[in-house]
Amino acid sequence: MTIPCCGPKCSGFCAFISVWGIIMLAVLGAFFYVHAPSLAEDLPINMPLWRKQDYNYNYVKDLYRKAAVNCWIAAGIYVATFILSCIMLKINLRQSNSS
Amino acid sequence: MGSLYRSEEMAACQLFLQAEAAYASISELGELGLVQFKDMNPDLNSFQRKFVNEVRRCEEMERKLRFLEKEIARDQIPMPDPKEIPNSPEPREMILLETTFEKLEKEMNEVNVNATTLKKNFLDLTELKHILTNAQTFFDEAVLDQSQISEDSGHLLNDADGLQGLLQTLRLGFVAGVVLRERIPTFERLLWRSCRGNVFLRQKEIDTPLEDPNTGEEVMKSVFVIFFQGEQLKAKVKKICEGFRATLYQCPETANERREMAAGIQTRIEDLNTVLSQSLDHRHRVLVSIADDMKAWHMKVRKIKAVYHVLNMFNVDVTQKYLIGECWCAERHRSRIETALRTGTERSGSSVPSILNRMETTEHPPTYNCTNKFTKVFQSIVDSYGVAGYREVNPAPFTIVTFPFLFSLMFGDSGHGVLMFMAALAMVVMETKLMQTKSDNEIWNIFFGGRYIILLMGGFSIYAGLMYNDIFSKSFNIFGSGWYPHPQRYSEHTIDHHKDLTLDPTNNSDYRGHPYPFGMDPVWQMSLNKITWLNSFKMKISIIFGVSQMFFGVILSLQNSRYFRNSVNIFCEFLPQMLFLSCIFGYLIVLILYKWIAINATMSACAPSLLIDLINMFLLNYPLEPCSSAEFYDGQKSFQSFLLLLALVCVPWLLIAKPIILKRQHSKKQVQLLNNNDEFEGRKSTEINLDGETQTSKQKDGRKDSHTGHEEEEEFSFGEAFVHQCIHTIEYCLGCISHTASYLRLWALSLAHAELSEVLWNMVFRVALKMSGYTGLIAIFILFTPWAVLTIAILLLMEGLSAFLHTLRLHWVEFQSKFYKGDGYLFDPFRFDKIIEVSADD
Repeated sequence: MTIPCCGPKCSGFCAFISVWGIIMLAVLGAFFYVHAPSLAEDLPINMPLWRKQDYNYNYVKDLYRKAAVNCWIAAGIYVATFILSCIMLKINLRQSNSS
Repeated sequence: MGSLYRSEEMAACQLFLQAEAAYASISELGELGLVQFKDMNPDLNSFQRKFVNEVRRCEEMERKLRFLEKEIARDQIPMPDPKEIPNSPEPREMILLETTFEKLEKEMNEVNVNATTLKKNFLDLTELKHILTNAQTFFDEAVLDQSQISEDSGHLLNDADGLQGLLQTLRLGFVAGVVLRERIPTFERLLWRSCRGNVFLRQKEIDTPLEDPNTGEEVMKSVFVIFFQGEQLKAKVKKICEGFRATLYQCPETANERREMAAGIQTRIEDLNTVLSQSLDHRHRVLVSIADDMKAWHMKVRKIKAVYHVLNMFNVDVTQKYLIGECWCAERHRSRIETALRTGTERSGSSVPSILNRMETTEHPPTYNCTNKFTKVFQSIVDSYGVAGYREVNPAPFTIVTFPFLFSLMFGDSGHGVLMFMAALAMVVMETKLMQTKSDNEIWNIFFGGRYIILLMGGFSIYAGLMYNDIFSKSFNIFGSGWYPHPQRYSEHTIDHHKDLTLDPTNNSDYRGHPYPFGMDPVWQMSLNKITWLNSFKMKISIIFGVSQMFFGVILSLQNSRYFRNSVNIFCEFLPQMLFLSCIFGYLIVLILYKWIAINATMSACAPSLLIDLINMFLLNYPLEPCSSAEFYDGQKSFQSFLLLLALVCVPWLLIAKPIILKRQHSKKQVQLLNNNDEFEGRKSTEINLDGETQTSKQKDGRKDSHTGHEEEEEFSFGEAFVHQCIHTIEYCLGCISHTASYLRLWALSLAHAELSEVLWNMVFRVALKMSGYTGLIAIFILFTPWAVLTIAILLLMEGLSAFLHTLRLHWVEFQSKFYKGDGYLFDPFRFDKIIEVSADD
């Protein structure tokens, strides 16, 4: 608890990236959830498998949902990273104030 | 607050100050900061001026202050900034400051000298103490060795008399001393060689480092004892010790004496320590007491020096009671300046008021633009290229809008725009706090100084991104795409057997009939011919915006000509320039708009190719064959030929008309002057210089003035005017074409930005999204960070700087070359806060 694993600049940078990650991945997950067509090229579509299912749209919808869930969980992990980097920042501040 | 459209009206004034009131008045003007003084004695060097003694005294005071600052810094006492800037002090306060500084300096010097002496004594005593402690071991060893070697083995020596006996038997002498540890090996070797091995050195290291009093460094030393026989060896040893800067001490031979000496030394060392610590305490206390005032004193001394520098620029009149100077000030600030002068006179207790008298001059006034914190950065962008001439149209207020707009055309991505906007917003909101923490980091200062421009650039980029429908290389589909491939036209068989298909907008087959209402249709992001379509679109809008900005520049030159009442310029420069630009590039814009509106998809096979058409217009070539180069409206050939003729007529019009008219005016005036030389009446006449710009009319009385005016106008040379106009014509006409093409960089950079953004997404982030299941989750978490870092580094910083630079070039060269002279100089008023800021950076 007393020794920070990153300095003040590193923890500040991590906090910033974490906030960006939370917001952006949450919004990205939401866009995946509403089946945005712009994101269709980013889906892991397996063409032969889809063709076997007669190009059923439900296959794509399922992939969209899975991608949305992935993004949201990643956003959740970034919440944890954000909390960690805030703690690091506080430790760094305390250290620089006392020394 | 004056207007930013033109620079302020300046007045050249003469200032009459009474000698007693001079200092106070100038210091009041320095606090006000609205007057620029002209140096009335430019050919005097600093030693010949009137107030050189005072300046010298100020520099002496600064030297003392620097010395005190160094002492304070050595003791690591912090020097806080004063809460408010002190007012400029009275002359009598200067004497007070001088005496204070002198007293402090003397005291510091005394304390320092004493401290050095005390430290030297301390060093001597410490070294002696070490010698005495180690001497016993040396002598015991010597005795032991000697007794082993001596053949008088039966001669038992008493410990107490051991050494003495030894010394007497062998007639040995010794010296004891201290030398630097790193010199010991060489010392030993030299002793051995020079005394041919007849001396005997014993040395021991001192564990604690000792402080050298002169340099203050800590050094390691060793104690040594040298035994020798005879006087000559003694002399040799002493010389060698001197050469190695070893300090020799008297060491008593008996142990008792040594013990007594050691005790005495110990008490002396303790006393010396107490004295030393007390004197250092005293010094520290003195320094702490003045540390708070140091910065304020520094500012006061700088203000005094600045006032005397300004006073040195004044002339002294014959009666030695008045100082006369000249200055520039803004016309609307005159009342404030007069109030300040009155305050100064009252402060000095003088009864005679100072006079500020407006005078007429032929010199070019300085350019003064009154800016606030928002407009300052735009004005500085314009001033970096060249300061506007006096009362010329200032491009800065237009730059406030056009600069971020052109930037956003090249940067157009809403996601990156949002990031830029938030970063700038953070800087703006925390403005006051960030301004107080003065940073040395130049890059940060540049970004912080440009926070308003970055804010605007980010905001405009969000809008441009929405128009290009590009957010981190993805498109938003808010309103529903205008393209809808009919399922009846595209069966599974068709899709299976074709690698790619083209949607057909004719007859509403794949097109809904109404376009996407705001911005680019989102379907383009996924189409294979996105770039082909976007190229055509972006090139055309670049040309439209570019030519519009150039038209605007030419219109601003009209404003300049009208303000300076230069009708020659209006008829001989503005009109041909406008016609030339309209006939060629105005026509091109009309064609672009016509093609967008009138040609639809059914005619796409024979859609007119605008570039080929423009080239054919110049070559008067109207083929029938490729239907894209054929005529597409009635009377096209005759109309275009007419436009071409009009444009070609403008070139000699621009080239020849103005020099001829100037020559005619000049000869007419010469005839007039010759006629009027016989009269003595005052008359108004206008001066025309080579550029054809009229200056303020002067009242001329008498023959003398008209003679000088006559001489100035003699210098009109037709050849020079013609060459000048030639250059201007070529520059303008070729420039029109090359600048129009140069505006295509708006297209090029936006293409590069969009492609970089897309590549970054595809190569970094899509890799994570293409994985499914838990690996996909971990991949998204891990790959987001490098994608984000690369977005900031490449797309925001590198592309942002690149687009900024190109926008700057477009403004400086393409826009301003149409109207901007930029031959002025900045108004540099005498201000205390600027002087203090500048010297605080040193």
